[in-house]
Amino acid sequence: MSADLIQFFTTNWLGQAIVILAQCLAVTVPLLVAVAYMTYVDRKVWASIQLRRGPNVVGPFGLLQPFADGLKLVLKETIVPSSANAILFIIAPMITFMTALVAWAVVPFDDGWVIANINVGILYLFAISSLGVYGIIIAGWASNSKYAFLGALRSAAQMVSYEVSIGFVLITVLLCVGSLNLSDVVLAQSGGFWHWFFLPLLPMFVIFFVSALAETNRTPFDLPMSEAELVAGFHTEYSAMTFGLFFLGEYANMILLSALGAILFLGGWMSPIPYAPFTYVPGVVWFALKIAFLLFVFSWTKGTLPRYRYDQLMRLGWKVFLPVSLGWVVLTAAVLQFGGWVPKS
Amino acid sequence: MASLDRTARAFLLTELVTGFALTLKYMFKPKVTVNYPHEKGPLSPRFRGEHALRRYPNGEERCIACKLCEAICPAQAITIEAEPRDDGSRRTTRYDIDMTKCIYCGFCQEACPVDAIVEGPNFEFSTETREELMYNKDKLLANGDRWESLIAANLHADAAYR
Repeated sequence: MSADLIQFFTTNWLGQAIVILAQCLAVTVPLLVAVAYMTYVDRKVWASIQLRRGPNVVGPFGLLQPFADGLKLVLKETIVPSSANAILFIIAPMITFMTALVAWAVVPFDDGWVIANINVGILYLFAISSLGVYGIIIAGWASNSKYAFLGALRSAAQMVSYEVSIGFVLITVLLCVGSLNLSDVVLAQSGGFWHWFFLPLLPMFVIFFVSALAETNRTPFDLPMSEAELVAGFHTEYSAMTFGLFFLGEYANMILLSALGAILFLGGWMSPIPYAPFTYVPGVVWFALKIAFLLFVFSWTKGTLPRYRYDQLMRLGWKVFLPVSLGWVVLTAAVLQFGGWVPKS
Repeated sequence: MASLDRTARAFLLTELVTGFALTLKYMFKPKVTVNYPHEKGPLSPRFRGEHALRRYPNGEERCIACKLCEAICPAQAITIEAEPRDDGSRRTTRYDIDMTKCIYCGFCQEACPVDAIVEGPNFEFSTETREELMYNKDKLLANGDRWESLIAANLHADAAYR
């Protein structure tokens, strides 16, 4: 009987489809709950930085607030402006949301816990996160509104600029690991937090984090949606669930980049101290804790920093981050080559 | 040398780190929010809230239909009609305040020679329909009966400054 079941799920096309569907749900459902609670944590962190209380009325400590907000977005009417290109207008938020979810296929949650353990994982992530720009550009263009259009242009230019420095950060880590597989990246950092890459590559970690802020359009780089100039940027014309999808996609992207940061620099699912009580904790928990820490820094940043001006943003991206990260790639390569630490693969 | 110093500071993110430390410190400070429906802030005796028509201690209504409040009301929210009562005294037959027009300036209570119309300490009188905000004489007298003790205390506290 059990042998039949195993054969059904491993060889039959229907069984395999069921397994894949279950895997997708096992990633997507916790992710969406995490997104919901990320909005709650965000608001609580900003509130406490500003000496306020934050949401505390809906449910105990306001814990049901994200679901109330979500329900509101689902129940409201989706308005398509009469001058908008209706098909593209509807498709754009779907693209943003889908690319944010699809990227999770290659993220290793624990040793072997990964949907698609492909050996070009980093390249895949990089490609998918670039595709996210299409959702924004299409949204801005299809809205047929000047604010949305300008916001989309800004957003696209910003994401493209900072993807360059993220690319160099990825290359640096790849040089140290010798593999594009995300599980290999984590395994290369095994053995305590002093083996994690954030110590030897600290400047790159900082550059990665700042570029992640810019990639996800978060403060201090949230000027695609700077209210005073552009109303709400590329999603000015969006309402109800179409807006909700952008919102979910944005937060899913934030969590994705935090996960990438945890994998590249904070040792993924590894426990920080590789001895008895700490190694009993499952790897998923360590991974979640690391992501949570990076997300907290995201909110903390939003509570601390004012917004950059557009020329300052471009200056930082092209005149500071690009040369510094490029220099660091060369330096790392030189140290690996002449120190004899080139990883064997 | 100064430029080297500035560049070093920029790359070591000293200012950012100081800012982040400050906001982290503030995160753990006590909150200043008044948790409104459960806690309320103090109100001055001069607070101008929901209107009320007062009565004398013997139950006689104070308003003598002089219409000074109607005349002074800058929003023209007050409508009064009056005629002599059976015992010969002059009283209102209609005293309406359109609360959606009222700007809560307090001129009506300043104009009133007998302290009949007053703005009480109640500010929680939101309604679900617009019609409920068209107050008539019964509603205003009921307000007066409900809030009399507080209104009287506030008038007494503020009397020295009038």
